[in-house]
Amino acid sequence: MIWETVRLALRSVRRNALRSFLTLLGIVIGVAAVIAMLTIGSGTTEKVKADISQLGSNLLIVRAGRPAAPGSGPQQTIRQFGDKEVAALTAHLEGVRAVSPASQKQVRVVFGTESLTSSITGTDNAYLDARDWKVASGRSFSESEVRGGVNVCLIGETVRQQFFGSGDPDGAAIRIGRVSCKVIGLLEPKGYSGFGQDQDNVVLMPLQAFQRRIAGNRDIDNIYVAADDATPTQVVQTRIEDIMRDVRRVTADREDDFAVRDMTQIADAMASATATMTGMLGAVAGVSLLVGGIGIMNIMLVSVTERTREIGIRLAIGAHEKHILIQFLVEATVLSLLGGLIGIAIGLALAGAASLALSIPFAPSLAVVLLAVGFSALIGMVFGFFPALRGARLDPIEALRHE
Amino acid sequence: MDTAPLIVFDKVWKTYGQGEAEVRALAGIDLAIGQGEFVAIMGPSGSGKSTAMNIVGCLDTPTSGRYGFMGTDAGRLDRNRRAVLRNLYIGFVFQGYNLLPRTTAAENVELPLIYRGVAAHERRALAMKALAEVGLEGREHHTPAELSGGQQQRVAIARAIVTRPTLLVADEPTGNLDTARSHEIMQLLTSLNQDAGLTIVMVTHEADIAAYAGRTIAFRDGHIASDTKKREAA
Repeated sequence: MIWETVRLALRSVRRNALRSFLTLLGIVIGVAAVIAMLTIGSGTTEKVKADISQLGSNLLIVRAGRPAAPGSGPQQTIRQFGDKEVAALTAHLEGVRAVSPASQKQVRVVFGTESLTSSITGTDNAYLDARDWKVASGRSFSESEVRGGVNVCLIGETVRQQFFGSGDPDGAAIRIGRVSCKVIGLLEPKGYSGFGQDQDNVVLMPLQAFQRRIAGNRDIDNIYVAADDATPTQVVQTRIEDIMRDVRRVTADREDDFAVRDMTQIADAMASATATMTGMLGAVAGVSLLVGGIGIMNIMLVSVTERTREIGIRLAIGAHEKHILIQFLVEATVLSLLGGLIGIAIGLALAGAASLALSIPFAPSLAVVLLAVGFSALIGMVFGFFPALRGARLDPIEALRHE
Repeated sequence: MDTAPLIVFDKVWKTYGQGEAEVRALAGIDLAIGQGEFVAIMGPSGSGKSTAMNIVGCLDTPTSGRYGFMGTDAGRLDRNRRAVLRNLYIGFVFQGYNLLPRTTAAENVELPLIYRGVAAHERRALAMKALAEVGLEGREHHTPAELSGGQQQRVAIARAIVTRPTLLVADEPTGNLDTARSHEIMQLLTSLNQDAGLTIVMVTHEADIAAYAGRTIAFRDGHIASDTKKREAA
């Protein structure tokens, strides 16, 4: 009986294919939006999680300048880090795996006729350790290169592809700004970060070489600290703050003129931003579903009116009110369920395309898909009920007379 | 009358509207129709014959008085109970055939069986049999649009008899057909009445169609003007 009714409903939907499709559009768009948003959202969350583990969830970044507080005015001149901060942290900080200075600048890099603006980082081998980054081919810096500030560099995958395609960059001389620099190694690819940055568009060189030839000063922008697995980052953070206050002579009555940031904090903030975004777009999708539901109600009222005579025939030959009610309810449900399924397909396709474009993982969730199926069926039932009831309550004599 | 009456009207009144606009469709009808009778109801429009037919078919209920069908007080039943009664015991044939469009003859005939909860394969078999009885073998999968008026009315008759009803209610069954086709349909109804013992109540305004019936009841202004039985032809 139910199968019979479903077949009947499908036939009726097919007969008015264009009308059905237009009616479905609201549901399709709503469901597609929900599916796409939730899938992209969970993909982003996964990406953020992956980034944290890639960065090393125990990574701390020390930066010059006051910790950013909401509502704080413009900062006074920032006292940059120098060698003494790095030396102090290296010497006295316990429970860490690596301490590494890093200064960055966006500089145009040229090789042959190709050029690319890349993030040039002056640092040392500990940076690779802190960021858990491996050299894919070639070698890392030698002791003497770091100490002497030799013009050698490690390049990221994006830089390699721009200049060398899939070829071996080892030994080539690229120009960074005005400086010629010998490539000694290739970093393994890291992909985009959850913040949308291409992490492979980088060139690493010894800090001294960077300071002298690229930056033109002896400032150190950041100090990367990786806590070892046995020590919680909070403990390391406190220790860093103590050492830094001491070395920078920040007395107890003054505010810190540096900030220590924990990667997990950043990731948490990012994840909650994503959740807010998903929630808002979900609300928009909800409105679309409501509109879609009203569309279904409208078309079902039209359908009941058009088929008044058919209802009359069915009632005359012995259909119960409930038979008619179920028939139209099933039709509305089939209609909206169809919209839901199309919406799911489109939503997943959109999320797939987005995950390719943003290089985030494609993370479809069965629960979300089932929820969308259930929800669209529910919409059909809720919005189909009134028209169906109207059909079921028709007087058979009147209905048979209807032209 | 030697059979217990199938249909009993006991002072049946039917009025529509209220106050000044009140219309009396039936004004205290007393009537009994026995099992196996073939009754033609005649009368001009507004005479109450359609109202009487709707009550006979359990589609409508009297305003006052009692309508008894198969011993039940059918006039007092709610619409769903009457639906069950119609489904089990009454078949309908209409002037305009009233087949579902874009639905094959077999599916149309199966329709009443669906509401009885008969299984699909059994339904199909019964529909085929009913279509064969009305002479439509080979047309089972035609839609109404592919059939002539006479053939459509045969499908409608097959749909009415597929449930093996006790009563067939026919509302101007030949109204849309030419003379030759009309007589074919009437011969079919007559044979159903005589061979299968089906009770038939038929509304018509054509005397030659009414002549097929064993009894003719004429309505006028909500009353029965005449009730004549044809003499048994040996």
